Amino acid sequence: MGVEMLFFGIAKDIVGVSQMEFSFNMENVGSVGDLKVQLMEQYPALSKLSSFALAVNGEYAQDDLILKSNDEVAVIPPVSGG
Amino acid sequence: MKKTVEIVDDLDTKTVYDELSDRSSGGICVFFGAVREFTDNEEVTALEFEAYKSMALKEMDKIADMAIAKWNLNKVVIKHAVGKKKVEEPVVIVGASSAHRSACFEACRFLIDTLKETVPIWKKEIFKNKSVWVSAHP
Repeated sequence: MGVEMLFFGIAKDIVGVSQMEFSFNMENVGSVGDLKVQLMEQYPALSKLSSFALAVNGEYAQDDLILKSNDEVAVIPPVSGG
Repeated sequence: MKKTVEIVDDLDTKTVYDELSDRSSGGICVFFGAVREFTDNEEVTALEFEAYKSMALKEMDKIADMAIAKWNLNKVVIKHAVGKKKVEEPVVIVGASSAHRSACFEACRFLIDTLKETVPIWKKEIFKNKSVWVSAHP
């Protein structure tokens, strides 16, 4: 299964791109929380951030949300507008 | 139109009175956020803002709706700039208009405080020799 990932702010600097197709094995990754763990394994610098959230299809997502194919998933590092 | 919610390259600070003016409003309160010259005694040359635009607009719209419901506002403005902004340039405008002044003062504070907590916009401080994403690390 794959989702479309978007990266912003420092997450974009860490990953090196602003968007990518991200594929994973459904046995390891089903929920938002699983994907966070997977991302932190792949990009350890993400775990050094104050926090980061995932947004699914433009809404903040809880860890137990189950991902669907072709979801748009954005990595939201600590926001700092204003 | 009750709500004005925008993300733009350059903020026009001169239109906000007309956007908030209303026959039922006796008070209009506006907050401008601007680029400050120094952060912790270090000279800032510019701020660079990046937004997840579609989601940021949705979140700004939610904040506007919450404020309208809570303080019975007649009009609300929430606008944020993106891109590189120099010292003294405006980066955010929030405003509210209501029958009496206390509602719009309180609403304005809520609008900017909540925007800073929830809206997916990021600010990079650019100094002479380095640049830093604000609040990224503990």
